[in-house]
Amino acid sequence: MKFRGKIIDIACLNHFTRVITTISKLTKTCVLRLTPDNLFFVLSEKVANGGVSMWCELSEANFFDEYQMEGVSSEDNEICLEVTPENLSRALKTVQNAKSVKVKLTKKHCPCLTVAAELPTLSSSSRVVTHDVPVDVIPRRLWHEFKEPNMPDFDVSIYLPPLKTIKNVVDRMKNLSNFLVLEANLSGEMNLKIETDLVSVTTHFKDLGNPPWGEDASQAPSQSRDPEAMVQARVDIRKLQQFLMGQQVNPSKAMCNIVHERVVHLILLHEDVSLQYFIPAVA
Amino acid sequence: MPLLTQSQADDEEYVLVASLDNARNLSNILKAITFKDHAIFSATPNGLKVTVEDSKCMQANAFIQAEIFQEFTIKEDLVGFQVNLTVLLDCLNIFGGSTVPGVSTALRMCYKGYGYPLTLFLEEGGVVTVCKINTQEPEEPIDFEFCSSNVTNKVILLSESLKEAFSELDMTSEVLQITMSPNQPYFRLSTFGNSGNAHYDYPKDSDMMELFKCTKTQTNRYKMSLLKPSTKALALSCKVSVRTDSRGFLSLQYLVRNDDGQICFVEYYCCPDEEVEEE
Repeated sequence: MKFRGKIIDIACLNHFTRVITTISKLTKTCVLRLTPDNLFFVLSEKVANGGVSMWCELSEANFFDEYQMEGVSSEDNEICLEVTPENLSRALKTVQNAKSVKVKLTKKHCPCLTVAAELPTLSSSSRVVTHDVPVDVIPRRLWHEFKEPNMPDFDVSIYLPPLKTIKNVVDRMKNLSNFLVLEANLSGEMNLKIETDLVSVTTHFKDLGNPPWGEDASQAPSQSRDPEAMVQARVDIRKLQQFLMGQQVNPSKAMCNIVHERVVHLILLHEDVSLQYFIPAVA
Repeated sequence: MPLLTQSQADDEEYVLVASLDNARNLSNILKAITFKDHAIFSATPNGLKVTVEDSKCMQANAFIQAEIFQEFTIKEDLVGFQVNLTVLLDCLNIFGGSTVPGVSTALRMCYKGYGYPLTLFLEEGGVVTVCKINTQEPEEPIDFEFCSSNVTNKVILLSESLKEAFSELDMTSEVLQITMSPNQPYFRLSTFGNSGNAHYDYPKDSDMMELFKCTKTQTNRYKMSLLKPSTKALALSCKVSVRTDSRGFLSLQYLVRNDDGQICFVEYYCCPDEEVEEE
């Protein structure tokens, strides 16, 4: 197993660091899958996560100037590592002004992702700073747990309102209730609702637009759906809040798919990163 | 404004409708009296009074006159109810309570009467939030029987002079002692804490003293825990009047200017902890 990537472009370094920082806000640990063309940050659905799962996809060409990877074997040309994204984020944040940053898989006292940065100095020579971020290698027999999730058979797909607005509202609603109902229809309307003994609050978003999934087979059943009919899912408000807390940059596209009373599937698309987040519905 | 069209059909049923273009003109002043969960709302054609009490010894009132509201319609002489104040504030600030200039949350507050929830319609940037907060039967606010004819000592100070003192008050002192006198030390705040005694003196001819009318030397102590919440009202205000009556009861009245420069009042009443005989 070998992995060596080098970032020279400072904008790519900043961007890569921001992505890792966002991931670190979403989860304490996750799996990093390295393939010849992509990097994936994966959180699989487990009771320990409260049923939340995440799939973040980066194309290596958008970030690395040099990228070499040799997987476990030629048939399984991949590397799967369990990482603590915060450790990686912290290491990267300290080297934002580097001339170049190398990320390599190394073996120190344990397997590590080593971040080696060449930092500028006042003299002509450079200073090299190294961070060793411990990781765990995930054996092949467990790889099936970290596959790309299937697009759920959603009942409604809708574009999200500005994330900042949702975050402000959800932050306040969290003071009032532990659970929130997210509902949406095919007429571009979405509501966030909470209801307790003391108070009920509903925030109405209109004119959001519904993504044209069109030819996708999973869309077929809903063609007969009444466009005004609301589809809903009741979720733990902290899970939604956690997803929103991590978002630092406005995505170019933000969508939400709802499977009635089953799951909320959030999709954020940036130019070179895509992030999917699944929140299960509770009774 | 989208809020109007939504509830025009219900308008005949509401006994109270109050609207503001900027919800902060209500939420900011309510923050000055939020030290307990519950508040008594009393609305009359003159406007809105919100009362919060503590231990039957202290009462805070916020007054928002009808003229402050863009719309204030009341169908009875007195409309009263009790709500959870922290829940109300969370609702008024549902869009995050941002202070971005030019962006404000519009509010329409409606009440149908006994047994009905307080309904709030809030709008910012085209997004509408509807809140229904459960109400309870209002308790009768305490009448402290504080009247101007019984006032022995009165001063009006610019708030900035008191802000520093109040923010530094020694919280290990169980009481705040207020001395008012026609003679030295004129107006003194004292605390008696673990690290010692502290005195804040305000001479009668100070620039900060707008009015000084003390007829008799009086020293009264008030429980620190009851008065500390008044710091929030002080922070919002530009002027404060401090009055004591012959029983040693304290009245603090704060002049508060809202975002649009309009004037609202907040007052605190407090019973003395014990009376100290002056030598």
